[in-house]
Amino acid sequence: MTAVGDHAPTFALPDTDGIEHEPGGAPATVVVFTCNHCPYALAWHERIVAVARDYVGRGVRVLAINPNDAERYPRDSPDAMRARVEHGEFEGVPYLYDESQSVARAYGAKTTPDVFVLDATGVLRYRGAPDADHDDPAQNADFLRGALDAVLDGRDPSPAETPPVGCSIKWKA
Amino acid sequence: MRVELLFWDGCPSHPKALTDLRQAMVDVALDPSTVVVREVETQAGAALECFVGSPTIRIDGVDVQPPREEPVGLTCRVYRRRDGRISPTPDPADVRDALRAAQATTTRGNR
Repeated sequence: MTAVGDHAPTFALPDTDGIEHEPGGAPATVVVFTCNHCPYALAWHERIVAVARDYVGRGVRVLAINPNDAERYPRDSPDAMRARVEHGEFEGVPYLYDESQSVARAYGAKTTPDVFVLDATGVLRYRGAPDADHDDPAQNADFLRGALDAVLDGRDPSPAETPPVGCSIKWKA
Repeated sequence: MRVELLFWDGCPSHPKALTDLRQAMVDVALDPSTVVVREVETQAGAALECFVGSPTIRIDGVDVQPPREEPVGLTCRVYRRRDGRISPTPDPADVRDALRAAQATTTRGNR
């Protein structure tokens, strides 16, 4: 499990076209564990994609990772991921598949969504929910935006950690 | 009238759903203490209950937002609010409408 202040685990995971992506190579990287079937992940989704769009000019990368057991939850299958990407729901955000669930375990991810912000050196600087209320679009992912602003400005995010809120990750038996 | 809330503990939405349901019952002059709350704990239980996700609210056995093609299982349920937003809980207006429809049916049946 990764704590704020630790170096986050590295990984290489394929997107829906089979192209592998790694964190890093940016002044800040957002790693968000998400999925297709969870209402919390879906409710927050557009806000997270908006963050990717709004911060790409400052060099921020956003990587979405689906860690769920697709056998028990077919709506989280690679085909279902690809359908959402082809539908344009992940503009500017590679949607990666953590089939072994090893990345989710290494990060200590608990829910979908669960957001991690890494700085340029790969140190975890924020972990938790995108904002305070999945049901209020006006919140605008402000925990995540605040963390990115802090990291990009060389400050410590405040808060640096919030409780992740969402559906439990569907671990393989 | 039998008002039931079925939930799975792996999904955090049922406390809010129960609060909203009880408020909806107050809004239509029903006793909110009569809600029957039941936990679905296993896949077999989900199949037995035709449970497509948490929370599920049924009034006299009828789902407040009848599922379309969702498979039964232990999962969080996806609802659409009336403004189109996706939500883990049903729109309170839909719950109130379902309660009123059941009240009307009960009233007609008692005549």
